[in-house]
Amino acid sequence: MDTIILYGIAGVLLVVSAAKDREKTKRAVLKGAKAFESILPQLVTVLLAVAAVLAVFSPEMVSGFIGERSGLLGVLAASVVGGIVLIPGFVAFPAAAELLKNGAGTMQIAAFVSSLMMVGVVTLPMEVKYFGRRAAFTRNALAFAFCFLAAAFVAWAVSL
Amino acid sequence: MKIGSLAKRYRVAAVAAAAFAVLVLTFPAVGAKAGRSLVGQLKTMLLVLPPIFVLLGLLDVWVPKKTLMKYMGPKSGLTGPLIAFVLGSVAAGPLYGAFPVSAVLMKKGASFTNILIFIGAWSTTKIPMFLFEMHALGARFAVARLLVDIPGIILIAFALKAIIPAREVARLYAAAESGETSTE
Repeated sequence: MDTIILYGIAGVLLVVSAAKDREKTKRAVLKGAKAFESILPQLVTVLLAVAAVLAVFSPEMVSGFIGERSGLLGVLAASVVGGIVLIPGFVAFPAAAELLKNGAGTMQIAAFVSSLMMVGVVTLPMEVKYFGRRAAFTRNALAFAFCFLAAAFVAWAVSL
Repeated sequence: MKIGSLAKRYRVAAVAAAAFAVLVLTFPAVGAKAGRSLVGQLKTMLLVLPPIFVLLGLLDVWVPKKTLMKYMGPKSGLTGPLIAFVLGSVAAGPLYGAFPVSAVLMKKGASFTNILIFIGAWSTTKIPMFLFEMHALGARFAVARLLVDIPGIILIAFALKAIIPAREVARLYAAAESGETSTE
């Protein structure tokens, strides 16, 4: 759905740009293509790694780790798994809802969702390319720590 | 990027592809699953990335550095973080789409803090995702997460700004400027 909107915006702006200045538009598209090519090696590596990791971590395995009674250890496990895997939200949310129904705890699920979005271990090579090793690693570490806080807050808010 | 460096740039990807092939051949069951997952990821990538990179190119060509600096630069006051939040929140696609956009923003003079806020917003406060999360996990869950994430993103941005030495930030900006990631 949001992809369609994205295409719409890009299409409209491209047409407006072309109407205003053909040369500039050509340059813009070329720049976009070049930027894409420059990230491609990292991207391919990441996608391969993600596919391998996802194949090894099955949903059943995950739900075993993060049940209601898994406590802090479960929160930790959920954050670690969320930080490693790279799943689009449209797949992750229904999966998370399913896990909740099957006995996963709110705090664990909140930790999983938060770290899924903010922490990206497999995308680190790409992040390093643009932000350098230091900033990329620090950002992920801070985001990881923050996930615990977010999970505690969400669990508290839901229990009210 | 000359032809000679091409092989060097794709070296890691080639090794990963080889390792992946070994995995598929050695463990057919896991391999089949991994293969399906790879196809799915590739689809997402090929579907979502082209418009992002078109927009990135248009941003690069049409928005003058002076304008962007005024709204997102170090002296942009509250406007900068606000725009960073909005830009990140209306975005679509996985977080790795945000990194090349950040490079263009760096090149155009957006402040480091604002770029970090943009990354944070792209990762967590996306509007379509929020609506979907509300539907799947309930309003309480989604709203609570949004409420704690907004200050969290700002906190992380400022903490990073404080931790990363100015020299390192300058190096990143120079790399973005030199077209290591974008052109010009």
